[in-house]
Amino acid sequence: MKRSDKHNRFRECITAFARPKTNRFFLPSVFLFFFNLLAFPAFSAPQDIKNDQNILREEIKALSTAKLRSIEPILEQLEKRGAIYLPLFQALLNGQLYFKKSNQDIVKLGKDQKGKRVEEDLFSNAKRPIESISEYKKIRTNNRLRVKLREIISRLELESQDFETRKSAIFNMIGKFQKEDIDFLQKLKKQEENQSILELIEFAIALNDVKHSPILDTRIEALEQISGNLDPRVKNTLNSILKSDLLLTNPSDSQILRPLVETELGRIAKKERFYSVLEKFSFGLSLGSILLLAALGLAITFGVMGVINMAHGELIMLGAYTSFVVQSLMPQQVGLALIISIPIAFFVAGSFGALIQYFVIRHLRGRPLETLLATFGVSLVLQQLARTIFSPLNRQVLSPDWMTGSLVINPIFSLTYNRLYIFFFALFIFTILQITIKKTSLGLKVRAVSQNREMARALGIQTNRIDALTFALGSGIAGLSGVALSQLVNVGPNLGQAYLVDSFLVVVFGGVGNLIGTLVGSFSLGILNKFLEPELGAVLSKVAILIFLILFIQRRPEGLFPQKARTLS
Amino acid sequence: MSHLRFFLFLLFLASSIASLNLKADTIKVGVLHSLSGTMAISETTLKDTVLMLIDKQNKAGGLLGKKIEAVVVDPASNWPLFAEKARELISKEQVDVIFGCWTSVSRKSVLPVIEELNGLLFYPVQYEGEESSKNVFYTGAAPNQQAIPAVNYLREELGVNRWFLAGTDYVYPRTTNKILEAYLKEIGVDESDIKINYTPFGHNDWQGIVSEIKKFGSMGIKTAVVSTINGDANVPFYKELANQAVSSEDIPVIAFSVGEEELSGIDTAPLVGHLAAWNYFQSIETEKNTEFINAWRDFTRNPEGVTNDPMEATLIGFNMWVKAVQKVGTTDVEKVEEAMLGIAFENLTGGVAIMNKNHHLSKPVFIGEIQDDGQIEVVWETENLVPGDAWSDFLPNSRDLIADWTKPLRCGNYNVVTKQCAGQ
Repeated sequence: MKRSDKHNRFRECITAFARPKTNRFFLPSVFLFFFNLLAFPAFSAPQDIKNDQNILREEIKALSTAKLRSIEPILEQLEKRGAIYLPLFQALLNGQLYFKKSNQDIVKLGKDQKGKRVEEDLFSNAKRPIESISEYKKIRTNNRLRVKLREIISRLELESQDFETRKSAIFNMIGKFQKEDIDFLQKLKKQEENQSILELIEFAIALNDVKHSPILDTRIEALEQISGNLDPRVKNTLNSILKSDLLLTNPSDSQILRPLVETELGRIAKKERFYSVLEKFSFGLSLGSILLLAALGLAITFGVMGVINMAHGELIMLGAYTSFVVQSLMPQQVGLALIISIPIAFFVAGSFGALIQYFVIRHLRGRPLETLLATFGVSLVLQQLARTIFSPLNRQVLSPDWMTGSLVINPIFSLTYNRLYIFFFALFIFTILQITIKKTSLGLKVRAVSQNREMARALGIQTNRIDALTFALGSGIAGLSGVALSQLVNVGPNLGQAYLVDSFLVVVFGGVGNLIGTLVGSFSLGILNKFLEPELGAVLSKVAILIFLILFIQRRPEGLFPQKARTLS
Repeated sequence: MSHLRFFLFLLFLASSIASLNLKADTIKVGVLHSLSGTMAISETTLKDTVLMLIDKQNKAGGLLGKKIEAVVVDPASNWPLFAEKARELISKEQVDVIFGCWTSVSRKSVLPVIEELNGLLFYPVQYEGEESSKNVFYTGAAPNQQAIPAVNYLREELGVNRWFLAGTDYVYPRTTNKILEAYLKEIGVDESDIKINYTPFGHNDWQGIVSEIKKFGSMGIKTAVVSTINGDANVPFYKELANQAVSSEDIPVIAFSVGEEELSGIDTAPLVGHLAAWNYFQSIETEKNTEFINAWRDFTRNPEGVTNDPMEATLIGFNMWVKAVQKVGTTDVEKVEEAMLGIAFENLTGGVAIMNKNHHLSKPVFIGEIQDDGQIEVVWETENLVPGDAWSDFLPNSRDLIADWTKPLRCGNYNVVTKQCAGQ
């Protein structure tokens, strides 16, 4: 999004100049002015260029009939005209370039504020609504063309007036500069006033010097300058230096340079190892937070109440479908829908939980096998219900903008936002739940009933009501985790099954009846999994963890944090 | 709601089967696709496709003067259950032909039953090859009709020289990757430039693997991911790719099991430019295809319904069977099987598919790029039809094998060197 905004701003800046000058004689000179300002010197235009819109319009018509393979040479030709075609290149890159079937005119099809398609002229700011998309045909691109287009656009924008545009152009071109571009880079450096862009240019120059400069001192200086930079382009450049002939003026100098490059590579490798451990750790925490979310509800219903609820996964599924339904009710407000669906999912899953408790579990107290079978039946019913209402196909839950992308800490280490949010969401839910159980009167009663039902009843606690409330609470939490999971995985009838076993594992591992145990259990399983996965592969690491858990439960059947029993049961 | 209707339809069907069982004036067609479980996402559509084709054939006067009757069973994504249901269809329901299976493991489970009871199975999905049974017709792509052309495209058009082969852990991805690995080595790719990774069915935590892909692809050599990831696991995989900003321009992902249907569950905007290789795309504009899409949308009463490659394969298989039955005037398996060889039926995308003597089709191959509307646009296609190769030329064990079901050979795994048929 950001990228295209930038381009639009840049375009407006061009057209702002062009708009008042409807005068035919002035237009060419405006373009010429920009042309001189922006064009890449290596591609300076032929002298006979006529910046007449009509000629340009005719010129680009070639695109409408071109086959995919023949578009590339056309683009190379067009690039020589310079920045005047920037809007064209950008529209093509973004898949917005169409031609009219009637007269082969090339236009851009954008959208207005209301989301309606409008036709935009490539050379003026004129927009007009279109009647039907069927009058137009899209000019197709493929991967290779888009790479090419990005390069062309970056090259044309290297000297753009807009600071952000220029910055991203230079950043994209780093590593693509050739040996002979060094003079051009020096020129850019002289022109540049902005500090952060200056750094980028110096980085590009250093990267060029370290590979191509014939003088040892320049190379060493450049090496020092890029030292510590984790950009993969640095590593690749250094590696390619070692592989090739050094081409220094004084060949004996290469014996000095080689070890230096090797040391630097060693330093990079060391840092990479460090960050890869850090990355695995963060992945483990993220997986742990998902396990925690899935298991928290179960920690209440199974851990505290002792009910084996096989329909737990389906309660998670209900939460996920809730966020789908809320989102389809308000398709324009993706982020808001997600936030609203949190309480709704809690309510929906909670009420389903209450129903299950009232109609099934209540009647089977003290008969764990029957409870297991009955709730398994309920889970099948709920799955089929989802299949009947929503179809067996997965439903799409969109992620709001603030949950997509990642927080880049350095070129080799970044954290994705969705997992970051879910991590904090899990901790938040955990805290709320812990407070509810430990500090509120409801929590007190829940603990009392779970520890000694008869005594609690004798003290005037309505155990049936507390049972229903506890189960509803646990189910509601499952619904919340469903909302979070809808951001990561498929929303489909099978969503819950995948998490049922994991949830039980976490609760049993952590210690039944203990929320802290669930917390520690989920994070340690998550981290263990992520450290094993690269070594053993995803399949074997799961097996290894299961074996580990079996052995662990054999040794300590009560889990990590055994509950201090006050009952004799 | 269409599923509620379907449910009622099933009930009706079950009751009508019970009442019609004695009358022999129908031709029975078995439909063996999972309607529940993890594969329901893909297979339910194929069940509906068969029903639609039967409906159309019946409206056109049926077959051999009789009505065709569908017998639908649900093997519930449970591989052993596929075998049981196949037995039930042939022995108890006495169907004349079965259309079914999606995953290779389900086909492998059905295979002994079909061969034992001499049934007839039409298998409509792209698969790993290394098989040719007298009783099975393979209307999906063999590796040389999908995987090999895809790799060639990446090499020649995008200059890819480093390969990450990611797959779900079962027979199709394992065999396909083995073939691809052998092929890549044969054309001179260094061993260190190939990496193979397997994940379980329904895998949903892709952070580690995507980060591995990123690292693997940052070595300065153009890298691509060849994905044989199947079913549900694709959605979180692509989401993670988008989140970790792996763009199709840096590291393109080409998938063999992702079609329009699977994409309908994802926001495809971040996936634009990733690739898929199939023998059919919904976006290919031909008269026949438009007609098929409209018929499908009418039948399912979903104006936005999507069509995909296995649906076309089902259509071709069904119509070829109808043609063969009409040709010999009976549904007898032996006769139909012989008549099938050489039968031609028009592809929806132009050209004519032909049933070869190894029970595989000749088909065109398309490479497409995913668009932001969930459709896949063709960026490359073969000039001619590619005949399906049952036994890969790139594996040492199958290099010398051929399948030929014409007389006098009649063998699914004939060794051209030792001149022997290993039999079934």
